Amino acid sequence: MTENGNSAARAGAAAVADDGPKKTVKLNIFRGTEEDGKEVEYEVELAEGMVVLDAVLKIQAEQEDDLAVRWNCKAAHCGSCSAEINGKPKLLCKSRVEEYEGQEIHVQPLHAFPIIKDLVSDVSWNYEVSKGIKPFTSDEQAPFTMYEEDVERLYEPKKCIECFMCQDVCHVLRTHNKHEEFAGPRFFVRNQWLEMHPMDNQDRLEDVKEKDGVGLCNITKCCTEVCPVGIKITDNSIIPLKERVADEYYDPAKWLMRKIRGRKSMTNREAEAAKNGN
Amino acid sequence: MVDLETNGSRNRENFEVREHDVLIIGAGGAGMRAAVEAAGKGLSVGIVTKSLLGKAHTVMAEGGMAAAIGNVDPEDSWRQHFIDTMKGGKFINNWRMAEIHAKESPDRAYELEQWGALFNRTPEGKISQRPFGAHTYRRLAHVGDRTGLELIRTMQEKVLATDTKVYMETTVTKLLQDASGRVVGALAYTRENGKFIHYKAKAVVMATGGWGRIFKVTSNSWEGTGDGAILAYDVGAEMVDMEMVQFHPTGMVWPPGVRGLLVTEGVRGEGGVLKNSEGKRYMGDYDPERMELSSRDVVARANFSEVQAGRGSEHGGVYLDITHLGYEGIMQKLPTMHEQFLKLADVDIAKESMEVFPTIHYTMGGIKVEPEHCATTVPGLFAAGECSGGLHGANRLGGNSLSDLLVFGRRAGIGAVEYVEQNTHGTDIPEADVQTEIRRVLDPMERTKSDKDESPYLLQSELQDVMMEHANLVRDEDALKEGLGKILAIKDRVPNVKVGGNRLFNPGWHTAQDIKYLVQVSELIVRCAIERKEKRGSQWRLDHDELVDEYGSINFITKKGPQGEVEIERREIPPMPGHLSELLDESAKGAKV
Repeated sequence: MTENGNSAARAGAAAVADDGPKKTVKLNIFRGTEEDGKEVEYEVELAEGMVVLDAVLKIQAEQEDDLAVRWNCKAAHCGSCSAEINGKPKLLCKSRVEEYEGQEIHVQPLHAFPIIKDLVSDVSWNYEVSKGIKPFTSDEQAPFTMYEEDVERLYEPKKCIECFMCQDVCHVLRTHNKHEEFAGPRFFVRNQWLEMHPMDNQDRLEDVKEKDGVGLCNITKCCTEVCPVGIKITDNSIIPLKERVADEYYDPAKWLMRKIRGRKSMTNREAEAAKNGN
Repeated sequence: MVDLETNGSRNRENFEVREHDVLIIGAGGAGMRAAVEAAGKGLSVGIVTKSLLGKAHTVMAEGGMAAAIGNVDPEDSWRQHFIDTMKGGKFINNWRMAEIHAKESPDRAYELEQWGALFNRTPEGKISQRPFGAHTYRRLAHVGDRTGLELIRTMQEKVLATDTKVYMETTVTKLLQDASGRVVGALAYTRENGKFIHYKAKAVVMATGGWGRIFKVTSNSWEGTGDGAILAYDVGAEMVDMEMVQFHPTGMVWPPGVRGLLVTEGVRGEGGVLKNSEGKRYMGDYDPERMELSSRDVVARANFSEVQAGRGSEHGGVYLDITHLGYEGIMQKLPTMHEQFLKLADVDIAKESMEVFPTIHYTMGGIKVEPEHCATTVPGLFAAGECSGGLHGANRLGGNSLSDLLVFGRRAGIGAVEYVEQNTHGTDIPEADVQTEIRRVLDPMERTKSDKDESPYLLQSELQDVMMEHANLVRDEDALKEGLGKILAIKDRVPNVKVGGNRLFNPGWHTAQDIKYLVQVSELIVRCAIERKEKRGSQWRLDHDELVDEYGSINFITKKGPQGEVEIERREIPPMPGHLSELLDESAKGAKV
């Protein structure tokens, strides 16, 4: 390689060299399986701006080659590296080590699901729940005419990156293990946009009530607090679904109409139209 | 499912057998689109993915999906999209793929909407489109800066609504061939517990994405290790223009942990300007007409050159400024970027400039396919998406990847369905073949320790250093040849890779499998980069610093030779039919078509 090209390429890469004394950080990482596991302390060299995932991967590369951790994009776009730092669900790729200065750092897997090994839990249950939700279905033929004001509230639930941290922190799942009766916050988020999509023609309220168990949520907002993309899950997904279920099933007039018509009293589009006053 | 019990032999491993009409390897946009196509025709479909569903690299696409639907600029047409794609690829693209892609992208965008995807809207209630580098018109259907997420989630939910069987966190190690050489399945293991699965399939679709992880500074996730390309190469598939690796002009440079992380081209699409340390907006020196929205190869070279000339930023990059949008505008158009910089780099992009430098982003080269139905040169094997080559030529335009995935994912699905319907072959192979492969895969874990043992992580890191130094944005013959020597030396050490632990979710063992792909794909890139003695698109040879006409009609085809050596062929690109060459002629005269 020519002198110029090579030195410039290196200049780019080396511009962040650290001249000071090397600092280290200690991490206590859960090692083992559901049945047989404990925290092990590791020490790694600290780099500027390092996130917890960097530290874990450095331990994996240099000290413990079989240390299990799930990750993909390392940019907080994919939601793979969710785990618990000091008891709180976090994306490891988005948690700076320096945020924990002066504290011990304990890294554990998501606990609302069976632990496979180390920082990896078996989240496959979530995909089963997802499969059970009626998919988007429309009578209309795309391209759709939909105005920004028709769809702007759908952007929020669609930001979900499926990190399943809301599922992890939800008492109904984590403490009461009601995985059989309760879909969890993530899937109310999905049901919300499906139900509110102006072109969708399916009725999911019976499923939301019966199969997904929306009534079990007691609105503690734990899910909202941990959402890494800032979805107001409780206020904007769960409560509106609870309201729709209440309207549908506990409003006597609608109850009667449903009995007569045998399906949802209004299609989504009719409901939207009624709400918008036309 | 068939569980085969051990027959008493200590060396015989249990494995499951799973049978499908079509096996798809990879669950990004292309793989899932192929699955929907094949499952929709009533075939039995299996998708194997190394990760969880919905985590494939497609999710990282930010800016949008290029489709000439003309909602914002009604003058746009498939013809202009074709021209832009060919010009961007410096005319070594497969012109038929570029034609199909330009013609079919609109239908694929509408289809996504039909399946529940939500794009930003125009005031008329249509899909909005944003400008992007080297697209003549505003062409990218998008939703903020998370279009890839919208695409992958829509496809994921569509796949879950079919009978497709999804095998998550499962790694394919080999394509299996019958005596005639046709692909009739694959061997894989589950990452969770190391159980082996023999997939029997009449047709296999490769959709495994690219190989950006051969470089240290990359926007790619760990998965981009080139598995699919090399699995195909190993069974005799031809590869096209492997030297073409895209350097995205704008990756993050600080802090060190995020170096290479993508800064979406959407920033420039929304009016972001590039400045050097002197505060000068310098793109006028490189492409005065298109400025920041020039093609990626041009902008990447400009950014590199500014730093090289000593006009770089504090951490060795250049400045990208989007402050003119203001906080409100940024939160509407680029919320992910705002969050990314604030969280990871303590930079508020509504108030300060970003520091950026080119980062490895995409691989234009790949498995050679015929354009109509994505058949590779090996019977029974199809390929689509980033692991295949041809559409993008020497440089991919932003936004052409998401549309590529859907256009050719669908076509690969159609191709596989037709192939299955037209062939009645069996899918059996001798069990000895399966057992031999299982032994090879287990070797790094089960072999006794020796003083020659190598760490897979450190070997990968060493290879990445070699590629950074020798096959980066700037290349020359001496450095490439020196790099090739280093790669071949690493290749010799691959059999020494040794890991601890057991089969239970063991990333060391998984990484040990990736190494052979990383090394082989690096060798192909460097060998082709030595052959292409010119500056074309992403291939920038300092010792041949100009476009050479002779190479403008040539693809470099690589193939595994009889002794395992790399065969390289200079193959003439077939002449373009009149209806397409006329378009390029008109365009060369300055006309918009």
